[in-house]
Amino acid sequence: MKTDKRTIRRTPLILTAFFLLLLLTGINLGEPTRVLEQAKSICLACIGIG
Amino acid sequence: METIRTWSQAIWLLLINGFWGFPVTGNLYQGPLKIICSPGLNCYSCPAATTYCPIGSLQQLLLGIRFSLQTGNYYIGTFVVGSIGILGATVGRFICGWACPFGLYQELLHRIPSKKYSIPRLLNGLKYLFLLFFVIVLPLVLVDDFGLGKPWFCKYVCPAGTLEAGIPMVLLQPDLRSTLGWLYVNKIALLLMFSIWSVLASRPFCRTTCPLGAFYGLFNRVSLVKLRLDREACTSCGACHRVCPVEIRINETPGSSECINCLRCMSEACQFDAISLEIAGFPLKSRSIVTKANVRS
Repeated sequence: MKTDKRTIRRTPLILTAFFLLLLLTGINLGEPTRVLEQAKSICLACIGIG
Repeated sequence: METIRTWSQAIWLLLINGFWGFPVTGNLYQGPLKIICSPGLNCYSCPAATTYCPIGSLQQLLLGIRFSLQTGNYYIGTFVVGSIGILGATVGRFICGWACPFGLYQELLHRIPSKKYSIPRLLNGLKYLFLLFFVIVLPLVLVDDFGLGKPWFCKYVCPAGTLEAGIPMVLLQPDLRSTLGWLYVNKIALLLMFSIWSVLASRPFCRTTCPLGAFYGLFNRVSLVKLRLDREACTSCGACHRVCPVEIRINETPGSSECINCLRCMSEACQFDAISLEIAGFPLKSRSIVTKANVRS
């Protein structure tokens, strides 16, 4: 009987863990508050005015 | 499968732009949901936007990095890069094919009957330059007397911002109309250019300009969910080439950073079960997915 030798790919899991760490670092530094402040206001440059 | 994909794109469009009270408030959504990253390119100045645009936010953080560091805050973009990095590492450019509102806009335009043209492969590399220079280097390096940079991509290029925010906000807030100038004209011209190009060619903005697509594309070979090619089953018949909306040859370049994972090659073209989806190395047989898709649609 054949056995399935497929193994789990680790690269995406390592990358996900790395970016999760970045995300948590950002949260720890309070970056979401700054992002929220920006996202709540109209970016005049983005819409071609400022 | 295409019907399911269009529905997915429409649902994501509504999820990302879920604030329909803007005609009453006359302003954009300002609630707490805007802490959530939009997976696709969607301007946060769109009056209906309920999420933040990662490309816009990253530029805003980088252009003000000197000011933040001087005030003791380390807002260097780790939250934003972490958010899109997780998306890229898990699903790669599936987002482009299944969840991006501006991708849907281009696909709908491409359905307009006309002569269709291909896009030279050389232009595919431009989006990496936009990501590197317009999103990262220029906002970071070119600063004014106060040490503040500009959101170069948003300000001078992004047609999604013009479509989703520029036009609606000018209609919504008459006061803004008196401030319109050449910048607005330039952005309208770019939007028109990409719209006409979308009629004539498939997804030109995604393939040549989108910095978010460029970022997600870096993960296409290694993402958790990705397309898998069985070389033994592949007969190199070329059927997958003919249906690919971004003109790649998956049997020659599996895991191409250009692939938007629309799954048309798997569901519409390959008769030999050579293309399938895999999750972390474990394949999901394409035929069973196709059968399910056909039953649903």
